[in-house]
Amino acid sequence: MYTIVSAIFLAENIKKIEIEAPRIAKKRKAGQFVMIRVSETGERVPLTIADADPEKGTITLIVQGMGKSTRELNQKKAGDSISDIVGPLGTPSHIENFGTAISIGGGVGTAIAYPTAVALKEAGNYVITINGARSKELVVLEHEMQAVSDEAYITTDDGSYGFHGFVTQKLQELIDSGRRIDYVLAIGPIPMMKAVAEVTRPYNIKTVVSLNPIMIDGTGMCGGCRVTVDNQIKFACVDGPEFDAHLVDFKNLSDRNRVYLPEEKKSEEAFTHKCRIEKQG
Amino acid sequence: MNEKTISNKERLAIPRQKMPAQDPNERVTNFREVNLGYTPELARMEALRCIQCKDPVCIAGCPVNIKIDQFIKMVADGDFLGAAKKIKEDNVLPAICGRVCPQEDQCEKVCVIGKKHEPVAIGHLERFVADYERQTGHVEIPEVKPPTGKKIAIIGSGPAGLSCANDLVRLGHEIVVFEALHELGGVLMYGIPEFRLPKEIVRQELDGLKQMGVSFQTNVVVGRSVTIDELIEEEGFNAVFIGVGAGLPWFMGIPGENLAGVLSANEFLTRVNLMKAYDFPESDTPVFQCKNRNIAVFGGGNTAMDAVRTAKRLGAEHAYIIYRRSEAEMPARHEEIHHAKEEGVEFLLLMNPIAFIGNDQQQLTGVRCLRMELGEPDDSGRRRPVPIEGSEFLLPLDMAVISIGNGSNPLIKQTTPDIEVSKRDTVVVDINTMATSKNMVYAGGDIVTGGATVILAMGAGRTAAKAIHEKLMGESHGFDEW
Ligand SMILES: Cc1cc2nc3c(=O)[nH]c(=O)nc-3n(C[C@H](O)[C@H](O)[C@H](O)COP(=O)(O)OP(=O)(O)OC[C@H]3O[C@@H](n4cnc5c(N)ncnc54)[C@H](O)[C@@H]3O)c2cc1C
Ligand SMILES: Cc1cc2nc3c(=O)[nH]c(=O)nc-3n(C[C@H](O)[C@H](O)[C@H](O)COP(=O)(O)OP(=O)(O)OC[C@H]3O[C@@H](n4cnc5c(N)ncnc54)[C@H](O)[C@@H]3O)c2cc1C
Ligand code: SF4
Ligand code: SF4
Ligand code: FES
Repeated sequence: MYTIVSAIFLAENIKKIEIEAPRIAKKRKAGQFVMIRVSETGERVPLTIADADPEKGTITLIVQGMGKSTRELNQKKAGDSISDIVGPLGTPSHIENFGTAISIGGGVGTAIAYPTAVALKEAGNYVITINGARSKELVVLEHEMQAVSDEAYITTDDGSYGFHGFVTQKLQELIDSGRRIDYVLAIGPIPMMKAVAEVTRPYNIKTVVSLNPIMIDGTGMCGGCRVTVDNQIKFACVDGPEFDAHLVDFKNLSDRNRVYLPEEKKSEEAFTHKCRIEKQG
Repeated sequence: MNEKTISNKERLAIPRQKMPAQDPNERVTNFREVNLGYTPELARMEALRCIQCKDPVCIAGCPVNIKIDQFIKMVADGDFLGAAKKIKEDNVLPAICGRVCPQEDQCEKVCVIGKKHEPVAIGHLERFVADYERQTGHVEIPEVKPPTGKKIAIIGSGPAGLSCANDLVRLGHEIVVFEALHELGGVLMYGIPEFRLPKEIVRQELDGLKQMGVSFQTNVVVGRSVTIDELIEEEGFNAVFIGVGAGLPWFMGIPGENLAGVLSANEFLTRVNLMKAYDFPESDTPVFQCKNRNIAVFGGGNTAMDAVRTAKRLGAEHAYIIYRRSEAEMPARHEEIHHAKEEGVEFLLLMNPIAFIGNDQQQLTGVRCLRMELGEPDDSGRRRPVPIEGSEFLLPLDMAVISIGNGSNPLIKQTTPDIEVSKRDTVVVDINTMATSKNMVYAGGDIVTGGATVILAMGAGRTAAKAIHEKLMGESHGFDEW
């Protein structure tokens, strides 16, 4: 069992959770993730390591309640524990001083991009962050992002905060301003990552995305996480999760991610039902 | 009949005793074990068939040289517990090997009476004896020698790692087993299904090791969570055994393989066995909806049989095995092929898939295949399958499971470059000691041989244990005493 040290909501449905995991805290690098299992009957779920404190032996996860497993995790409080956590998994982000680097996060993707943005800053890059959310209440890590950025932008779909529009519009604006951009990192929903790839493609700006296929073991044993990159099969959990955005087959990724949708729905409905009964009881 | 008085002629007249099994129509609706095991009467009758050869060639057919003639004699005499002890001198996992060994290619292949009659059912007897010992509560926890002060890390909890741990802990060493997954047992847990190897048996073996003092750390991926160098330099381990298996599924490299609905046997079996997806939604992990759908498994090994029979149990309308060669070349155990047929699995042999076909949601809808015929023998003497021109056809499918074998996970190689590996990424060892090119690091099982068998992995774990012990303690220090 792994103990949760602290757990606080950053926005509705998005929780920051600090868990005891000394081995992982010591080893993890930006861009790596863990697989967790909330309970004995739980699914193995991949989550990015947002931060770590090697001295204290803890790691931080930022979790958006999407379905049964993530919502169950988000109900946990400080002092609770979860069954399993394993990592750090995946290949660390490739970090160097590119020059000017833009980190783009969509929704909870902001949290996934955060550790890499920190590493980019530490490597001497001029870091620009663009963080998109549907509306003001869903903006996460605003201050943390500002602290690592030379320039920080927030976009909201409904205009309730920051720039009114999508992250890609902000990105296009920056490109159009004629300044030199050497590197773009984009993490968020698949359509967003695909759109960013299309914006940077004509300018040949090196663009990296972090892919989120369905994973089971996370160690390269099952091949369930395979993605098509440059027309080749790659296992996202070992070869990735970061890949060259201009070579990724995004349609294949979103189609493969839909296979278990009916079952996921069933699992979530059963869970919601149980929660409601518990509330009443 | 009596063991003392029976003549060889009478022995040979006894037919091979059939293994009682669940009815095929019944068992395709559940995940319980197919074989029900011999009764003591059946076991003694079968044991009487052994003519107690002066030169028991069967022993050389067993990779760990179980004293087969001796244990079978004890079964015939009704001394089942004595027989169990005898087997355990050479094989620490008899309940498992009795179930999953490819006996027809090993001990039973060379049994002399197999020349004219059916060979003695050595595997069934081994299984019976081990089950009898366990079910009557007679499994004794072996004595553990006083502590030696030496610490050994075992990486991977499959049969190779477990047997290595077993031997070393008994000699008084401190043993820590590191396992990447949340559950122990390797392929025995996540690969081989419940209906062939009840997980309870594996759990009892693990409990025995725990009682002897082996400590287990799950959720540690060596190479990522900690490296071999760190284990030795920072955590003070005196030796390391690598038993990480062959866990990197191969795909066929044909068009359409990344369609939704095409998965590896490892994925399919992991979802069902390790994550208990057959119990969805009680367990959270879903498995592809097989009910009333058409499912094909590509391959002819044990893994393929396990996958196809699992699909059948999940309610598949048609469950096919698609294999390039003919049945004679199938590497699977004969019993599994036989059981699969009884359960209604359809075998499409001499058939080569050339492309998977999908709809616009990139969801699999079928596979295009070519029929093959056996041509001239190749270098290995096997007749090579060659495509029949114009024989292409489309088979409608909802799920395709690829089961053509596994390569080696490259993690250890990447993170410990001073361990020599072959072109196929298997770890290179001295086969007498299982020592790798790195000092005090040993390896065995599928990571050395490529996908092989439980018994070979177990044997390798024991060879390494002996060598590690001798290296740590000086020349054969008490290893042969038990
Ligand atoms: C390498 C990696 C890192 C990730 N890091 C984070 C993170 O830091 N924070 C976070 O909140 N989420 C992260 N995710 C996504 C997270 O794993 C999924 O949201 C989670 O698996 C959904 O599980 P569930 O049971 O709650 O929902 P389910 O009921 O299984 O699914 C709910 C919805 O999520 C989609 N979904 C299912 N599995 C995945 C998946 N693996 N990835 C994306 N969508 C999925 C489904 O299609 C469905 O629409 C990461 C994913 C990957 C692959
Ligand atoms: C479906 C299936 C059916 C089979 N049927 C039969 C059969 O009927 N008869 C037979 O004899 N053989 C059979 N086999 C083959 C047999 O199971 C293997 O040969 C045997 O299990 C190999 O043992 P091993 O200890 O080398 O590896 P494994 O059993 O593969 O165990 C390796 C363990 O190491 C762990 N690991 C991997 N990497 C790391 C790491 N970096 N750090 C920590 N842990 C790690 C893995 O998670 C795993 O638990 C079958 C195999 C499969 C897949
Ligand atoms: S371990 Fe396997 S090969 Fe050896 S006797 Fe038993 S069944 Fe035969
Ligand atoms: S070869 Fe066959 S008959 Fe002879 S001892 Fe072995 S099992 Fe018995
Ligand atoms: S999740 Fe199984 S191989 Fe990547």
